[in-house]
Amino acid sequence: MGKARVTRKKSVIPGFGLTLGVTVAMLSLFVLIPLASVLAYSFRLSGQEFIRLMTRPNVVQAFATSIGCALAAALINCLFGTLLAWVLVRYDFPGKRLMDGMIELPFALPTAVAGITLTKMYSNNGFLGRALESVGIQAAYSKLGIVIAMVFIGIPFVTRAVQPVLEKLSPFYEEASMMLGASRLRTFCSVILPEIAPALLTGFGLALARGIGEYGSVIYISGNSEKNGTQVVSYIIMQKLNSGNVDYEGAAALALMLLIISFAMLFVLNIVQHAASRRTNA
Amino acid sequence: MNRRKDTLKKIGALAVASMLCAGMLAGCNGKHDDAGSSEGSDAKAITLTNVSYDPTRELYEEYNKIFAVHYEEETGSRIEVVQSHGGSGAQARSVIEGNDADVVTLALAHDITSIEEAGMIESDWMDEFEGNSSPYKSTIVLLVRKGNEKDIHDWDDLAKDGVDIIAPDPKSSGAADWGFLAMWNYAERKFDGDEQQVKDFVAKIYRNVLVMDSGARGSTTTFVENGQGDVLVAWENEALLSLTEYPEDYEIITPSVSILAEPSVAIVDENADRNGTQEAARAYLEYLYSDDAQRLIGENYYRPSNEAILEEFQDVFDLSVDLCTIDDFGGWNQAYADFFADDAIFDKIYSR
Repeated sequence: MGKARVTRKKSVIPGFGLTLGVTVAMLSLFVLIPLASVLAYSFRLSGQEFIRLMTRPNVVQAFATSIGCALAAALINCLFGTLLAWVLVRYDFPGKRLMDGMIELPFALPTAVAGITLTKMYSNNGFLGRALESVGIQAAYSKLGIVIAMVFIGIPFVTRAVQPVLEKLSPFYEEASMMLGASRLRTFCSVILPEIAPALLTGFGLALARGIGEYGSVIYISGNSEKNGTQVVSYIIMQKLNSGNVDYEGAAALALMLLIISFAMLFVLNIVQHAASRRTNA
Repeated sequence: MNRRKDTLKKIGALAVASMLCAGMLAGCNGKHDDAGSSEGSDAKAITLTNVSYDPTRELYEEYNKIFAVHYEEETGSRIEVVQSHGGSGAQARSVIEGNDADVVTLALAHDITSIEEAGMIESDWMDEFEGNSSPYKSTIVLLVRKGNEKDIHDWDDLAKDGVDIIAPDPKSSGAADWGFLAMWNYAERKFDGDEQQVKDFVAKIYRNVLVMDSGARGSTTTFVENGQGDVLVAWENEALLSLTEYPEDYEIITPSVSILAEPSVAIVDENADRNGTQEAARAYLEYLYSDDAQRLIGENYYRPSNEAILEEFQDVFDLSVDLCTIDDFGGWNQAYADFFADDAIFDKIYSR
């Protein structure tokens, strides 16, 4: 009996105490303590100063831009990322492995390099930007540019979340649905979508959170013009840190606000996702 | 069988653990060795860290070479200078937060003052070297595309309708602050100090700004590489550098009035005392005033502080431009509070 327990404890990686200890230590060193210091710094502002900062027109506008563009980009990524996962799972074609491997490239590329490259491509003398301009669309130095950068950095989240679920989903379900007379649209909406919905929501949430906090790739393509509403929150934070009078408290307060908003959105998403996965598992 | 597996696992775990320990010990040892050797062979090789701002990269790369030769001749010691570049404000912050700089060579005296306020630089640093510890100067000029289609000759042409300006953000870039103050100074003369008219004029210019990058180098990239805008508000040295690279594509317009930027240098006493580099740091900054270094400075498109050598470069720099100084605005702290702090003049005229 006693012996059996010992072997069970040993079974995977040794030592619950050790692993938990290491986890907590790591989390504290890399996540909790730094985040707590953001909190501590921002509390140096009085409530009144905090409110005055948050209601400044450029700050309000930056929050709207960050959240709006990140939402748009995450939605586009849901469509595009699901399609990409679908193609990779359901079809065989030459170069498929290569394409599969390329999905993580946006993670590997330094974001500043991505930002500068995208700007060059999409500005009105880059070759994509020129084409867009001829139909009257300004891509770089506009909110569209911000969305483009956020789509770029967010692709892997949705694709990698949806892909394994699709792999497990047998094509027989679709066949059965078709045999029972459902249209293609109905098959997708009532058979496939509910299965991938939880994964899709996870991918959406990750892409959204990443987009809201993004700095490197956005900063070059946005043009950072307050007049055109293309300053994002992370830019305002850097303004506070780069300017002649470094404003740690203001920067920390903005970061805190960003964290709260992201957390609230992810929390809501989590509830929705929980409900969705219960529905599919039932 | 099982027991053998267990033993194997144990051996494996032990091996990993001992490797980790060995690695850590080696790491510690390595550090000790480093520290020991740099102290022990102090007379042979010294390492200085110079924390500077973005556009001085090319200048200091060359200066470090001639200084190393000079220093070895004088003292017999070899010296190696490590460079660090970035936005001036961010660089000052990094030094305050622990970047081990022996000397700082930043864009604004104000940035050095903030290190001084953190207690790392002695308060008389401005008198430590000639000319307010400013061995080279620069100013703000306008760079336009060849042909100057929008007919830009002075600051008031920037306020015309249909002119697209590329300028960095005064809230995050030192160069942008200098540019803003240069325009302001021009407008004050033009409107005889009528503050409302001055504000309207500068506001009109900023409404023409098409892309506002966070730093001077970013703006140059937007204007030169990405082909945006009609005119770039730039450091004179950056503009001259772009002109050397693409002589066919650009023209420099020196406005009638601009501002004398005095990038400042200082020894970071706290770090230099700890590293034992106080003397080498002093020699490094003093040599910037030598004739050889002053010529090198001119060749890198900074205005030498030595008047005689500045004259040698009169075909490079437009010496007729009327330059105001930061003192006309009551010094940097005052200018910063008046113009660039939250809710100060720049915020008021730009965001409405």
